Amino acid sequence: MSYTTAEIWLIIAIMGVGTFLIRFSFLGLIGDRPMPPFILRLLRFTPVAVLPGMVAPLALWPAATGGQPDPVRLLAAAATVIVGYYTRHVLWGVGAGVVTFYGGLWVTALL
Amino acid sequence: MTSTAKTATRSAFLAGFRDGAPFVFVAAPFSLLFGVVATDAGLTLAQAMGFSMLVIAGAAQFAAIQLMVENAGIAFVLLAALAVNLRMAMYSASLVPYLGAAPLWQRALIAYMNFDQTYVVSVARYEKDPGMSVPARVAYFLGVATPITPVWMAMTLVGILAGQAVPEAWSLDFIMPIMFLAMVAPMMKSPAHIAAAAMSICVALALAWMPSGTGLLIAAGAAMLTGALVEIWMERRGS
Repeated sequence: MSYTTAEIWLIIAIMGVGTFLIRFSFLGLIGDRPMPPFILRLLRFTPVAVLPGMVAPLALWPAATGGQPDPVRLLAAAATVIVGYYTRHVLWGVGAGVVTFYGGLWVTALL
Repeated sequence: MTSTAKTATRSAFLAGFRDGAPFVFVAAPFSLLFGVVATDAGLTLAQAMGFSMLVIAGAAQFAAIQLMVENAGIAFVLLAALAVNLRMAMYSASLVPYLGAAPLWQRALIAYMNFDQTYVVSVARYEKDPGMSVPARVAYFLGVATPITPVWMAMTLVGILAGQAVPEAWSLDFIMPIMFLAMVAPMMKSPAHIAAAAMSICVALALAWMPSGTGLLIAAGAAMLTGALVEIWMERRGS
């Protein structure tokens, strides 16, 4: 890393302010003015539209295995989704994923 | 505020705290890892803590450090890391119907702590309980953030101090994807939600070559549109 101390702090400060402005944007500017019904309908899908797309490349091409698909990680991802979906509980999903992941790593280490 | 409203706000805060507390176990390894990676990269203790206290966005923090290790231009580091956070503009917009009527300072405070966990947990609650008052929603959000945010900062510090003592063999890298999947799976409430998630995955994978964060924005937009259209189609078919 070849930045000066001032440059590093500049990066941190701008990232802090920029991230805040992104998060504040609509919530801060629109306030309680009404929004069109179709926009409201779109926005209700925000979590299910963002998180799967964010995780998919991480699950399929994990950096830890040099971008190669890893059966253990895919299995853990599948276990998380299936258990989370059927139990409707975040923590059961996390538990299933973590157990599958570390169990899988342990088994592959034995092989 | 009447005393019943005060009680409702307090119990909303406590409910939020209870719902947010388990995420401590996922935020902890992730921020610990950030402390380790940032120190490895050559940041001082104050700089690494500055990231975790001012930015509070794991994925963007990791993206920035990685580019800084590669000595990328400052403008490029900033653009790439902020692009990773652009999804939060969507979070911000989707909170408007629930929190838009809150005082400005409260909306600003919520914006500061509006990251994936606080956002998803809170919105899930707002959807389940449409009768919640605006002060109760604010209290709930702050309740969710209260256990997670300090742990995020504290575990970064532990990571900085522990440094090399955290071996790669712990494979902490996959804790975050597991957490996000576990958060989103229970939200698949209708075929429209499943269609939106499927579209998000397909487009995000197809656009994975684009600069970090930008492909995801297109994927999210396409997925929201898919969800809305499938929902409208199902409503028409049902009526």
